[in-house]
This record gives sequence, structure tokens and C-alpha cells, in this order.
Amino acid sequence: MSKRIDVNNLNVYYSNFLAVEDVSLAIEPKSVTAFIGPSGCGKSTFLRTLNRMHEVIPGARVEGEVLMDGVNLYADAVDPVTVRRHVGMVFQRPNPFPTMSIAENVLAGVKLNNKRISRADADDLVESSLRGANLWEEVKDRLDKPGSSLSGGQQQRLCIARAIAIKPDVLLMDEPCSALDPISTLAIEDLIQELKSQYTIVIVTHNMQQAARVSDRTAFFNIAGTGKPGKLIEMNDTPTMFSTPSEKATEDYISGRFG
Amino acid sequence: MTTTEQSPETTPPSDYGTHPGAAANHAFKWVSTGAGSLILITLAAVATFLLMEAWPAVSMPAAELGDAVSFIKPEDGQSLLEIVGYLVYGTILISVIALLLGTPVAIGIALFISHFAPRRLAQGLGYLIDLLAAVPSVVYGLWGVAVLVPFLQPFYQFLADYLGWIPIFAPPESGEVFTGRVALSAGIVLAIMIIPIISAVSREVFLQTPKLHEEAALAMGATRWEMIRMAVFPFGRSGMIGATMLGLGRALGETMAVLMIISPGLTFSPYILQPNQHNTIAAYIALQFPEANALGVNSLIAMGLALFVITLLVNMLARWVVSRRSEFSGAN
Repeated sequence: MSKRIDVNNLNVYYSNFLAVEDVSLAIEPKSVTAFIGPSGCGKSTFLRTLNRMHEVIPGARVEGEVLMDGVNLYADAVDPVTVRRHVGMVFQRPNPFPTMSIAENVLAGVKLNNKRISRADADDLVESSLRGANLWEEVKDRLDKPGSSLSGGQQQRLCIARAIAIKPDVLLMDEPCSALDPISTLAIEDLIQELKSQYTIVIVTHNMQQAARVSDRTAFFNIAGTGKPGKLIEMNDTPTMFSTPSEKATEDYISGRFG
Repeated sequence: MTTTEQSPETTPPSDYGTHPGAAANHAFKWVSTGAGSLILITLAAVATFLLMEAWPAVSMPAAELGDAVSFIKPEDGQSLLEIVGYLVYGTILISVIALLLGTPVAIGIALFISHFAPRRLAQGLGYLIDLLAAVPSVVYGLWGVAVLVPFLQPFYQFLADYLGWIPIFAPPESGEVFTGRVALSAGIVLAIMIIPIISAVSREVFLQTPKLHEEAALAMGATRWEMIRMAVFPFGRSGMIGATMLGLGRALGETMAVLMIISPGLTFSPYILQPNQHNTIAAYIALQFPEANALGVNSLIAMGLALFVITLLVNMLARWVVSRRSEFSGAN
């Protein structure tokens, strides 16, 4: 399952401070969409509004709508907990639960949704999720060891396995490789390419080569200055964005003239 | 730098020997080592004192000790060893009641302050809980006797009437709970006394839960409570056990409140709604000490030794529990 996302006139506030202003964009299903832009431009904040994770931060709120296959995630009847079960997230730093084994980590989200899962089903799910995250071969003999015993790159793939185990419609990735070495980064990028056949993927990255390598469409966010809100400057197919961007600011950023 | 040639301006080697911080660092090393050793010396001194002072009473034949000390009556089944047995039982029983009642409330308060309450309310509530810890135990005892015990008596009667078939809630023979000065009351007051320390320590531990793990749980669709079970409790587990042990330590050693509340007795009875059944080591020592002769004091010190040993065992048990799954602890 993968779904399309349409964002209409979204403003994000931290208390009274407008952090992201008037974003409207569309994210296609079964594709990779990258958000790029300088630090503090609101791309991570905006990403979090796609599964309502910004609500964890006290005082954060939004105006506008986020439609997932036509359903507004901010409608009154929508529970943020349910939203997050449909929109998975992978964070900047790998965060497997240190008190759980590798297998328990994979099943952590499933056990929330469906408390009673047979032993055989659980084993199958652990294997298929770890295979999906390209981690199975490396950990199949030590599934009962703590998740924190893995290397950083393996931990991040474990987090991806944990996210896809609950079969989300959309997978959000907030700079998933920024804490990893180049080899692990490559492994994650390959994985993203494979995952896009099943999921809608949105990735925030600081690394423009990464955006160029993995994404189908790229959105460039920018900020006019400190204390000003972040804005969506332009969004287009990735090859177009990196060859012939229509905005001067985009061209300056991707050619390394600032940011 | 491949050249070994020395120019005349090069600093002479002697300047590489010491630096201004060296003396302070040296002093710090000795002060901290000294402080560490002091703990061991104190512990050894206490243990030696208890053993030496208890020895005259412990080594004496039961009958002789009974003649010499007024509160030891071997002929009534109250030899020194038997009294220690009753008191150890009473101490543990009352402390366990206190822990069972106090810990869930304390953890609840800590969670409310760390994860549920609005920030401003949480701060005020935190100070209030810390204040509870500052109330002297004699005040708790007075409050227990004057306010809590009469207040609880009808409730005890209710328990006895409807749950009296469970042995621990059996009323006295008349069927009437005629006084509230029973083990359960002592346990309840102790529970209130240990809540501040348990909740203060747990709160600090809960607040240190990595944001990363909390967000991991929330992002896969955990409710607040599920997030607490997935991220906060596993991370804070050893801290919670430590906090509970601190509380248990206070409950085991608490003297004044128990002394004032309980109507004492020496039995192994399970009836926590009946008076004259239980007493704790600390309260018994305080009760008998003013009237005790030399051998009587030796006997009381032997009881103190028993309390010391229990406390030591409790702490070792807690250490063992904490270390059992250290591989999986939040520390890696």
C-alpha cells in the first residue's frame, strides 16, 4: 500500500512563531521525494507535520490541510496515534530500543497494533521485515541480542525494518544517513530504491548528491533570514531541479553558492 | 617535525615536568580516595561495634539471659532468638505493606510530573513532593495516631466484614475492629513517608529518558501510555528499583511513626487488622531501650544487628536485580 499526499496552504507555528509558511505541494505514491535546503529552513519541521509528530513538541501547531488519499490528517475525528500507524518515520540518529532484542525491536510496533500474533507469524514478520531492510543476512544468527549491539548503519536499517514491519502507507526519513559512514549510507540509499516499489517515501537530506541519487522529485526549502519563516521555493523532477532550476535561489544553493 | 636540532630559544626540558594544576589534581585524588575509604571504614566500624556489643547476649544461655533481662522470657516462648524472629517478621511485613501501597502511587506521581502534567504544574507539584520528605517522622506518627487511625477504622471494619475470609483481613475474635492501631495503619503511614523519596528519584530518572527513544515509540503509533511502557520504564528500570530500595531502607529503619501508631505484640500472625500482633525491630529497640540494663542493651544491639543484616541483604538483592540484564540496559 502506498498513498499520495497533498498539502494545501500549510503553516506551522511554534507557539506564536511562524516556522514554516504557506506550503502547498503534492507527493506521488511509490516515489521518493526529497526535501533539501539550508539548516533551519523548516524542512524537518514540515516533514513532521506529515505524521503529526510535531505535536510532540509543546506549543507546535499547524494551519491548513494535509490530505492523504483525500483524507485530511488534521480533521477533528482523526487521532494522531492512528496517523502515525499509517505513516512510519525513521530518524536522524538510529534509535532502536536498547532494552529490546533485535527481533523484539522489529515487532515493537506490530505488538501495539495487534497484541496477539502467533509465534510463527511473528518469526515470519521478523524475517520479511529484516530482509526488506537488507539486514537479515547480517543478524539472522543473533536475533535475541540487543539492538544496541549493532553498528550505526545496521541500527538504522533495524529502525527501517521496525518501521516497515507495521506496513505503513508512507515512510518519512529525517536525514537518515547523517550519522552514518559512507558505506552504511550507500546501503541505506540502495534500500530506499528498493522500498519505493512499495511505499511512498519522503526524505529530508542535507546532502544534495544524496537527493540527486535517490529521489524522483525534489523540493527546495529556504529561509529569508533568522526569525523569518521557512518557505517552499520550488519543487520539480529531480533531474530538472539539478540541471535547470527555475529559481535563482535554488540554483545558488545546489551549485554551492550558499547553505 | 623531523629535525632534532635544538635552537637556543627552545624551552628547556625541565619546564615540561609540572604544571599549575598538578598540586590541585593530586589533592583531589587524595580527598576523593579518602572519602571513598571513609565509607568502608564507617561500615566496618558499625559492623564491628554491633558484633562486639551483641556478643555477650548472643553467647549467653537462653535461661540465664532470661533471668538477667526483663523483656526476655524464654519460658513464654520469648527467648532472644524468638523475639528477633518475631521482629524480623513484623519489620518485613510492615515494610512490604508500605512498599506495595507506596510504590505504585509514587511511580504514578513521578510519571505525572515527568510526562503528563503541564510544565508549570509539574514544577510546583515536584516542590510539594520534596517538601513531604522534609516532614519529621514524629509528625507523621502524631498525625497517624490523631487523624489517620480513627479515620481508617470504619474502613477496616468494612474490610473485615466483606473480605474477612481472606486470612490477612480477619478481624479479632469479636468480629469488631475495635482499634486502628494495627500493622496496616503502620504500613499506610510508612507508605506515605516513602512516597516522596521514591517519586523524587523516579521522576529524575524518567526525565532523563532519551527523547530519541520516546519519539521512536510515538512515531510508530504508540499512545502516551504505550510510549511509557516501551521507552520510559525500560530505561528507568534500574533507577526505579534503586528508588524503591531507598524507600524500603527508610521503611525498614523507621522508628518513631511505627512506635506511636502500632499496638505492639510478638507473633507470626498474618492478621494485619488485629492489634497486639506485630512490631518492628527499630520500634521495639526504642520501646525497650530506656528501661534496659547492661545485658538488655546487649540484647537490643543483637536485634539491631539483625536489622543491619536485613538492610544489607535488601541492597545486595537490589544490586543483583539491576545487574541481571545490564546488557540490555539503557546505558549502552
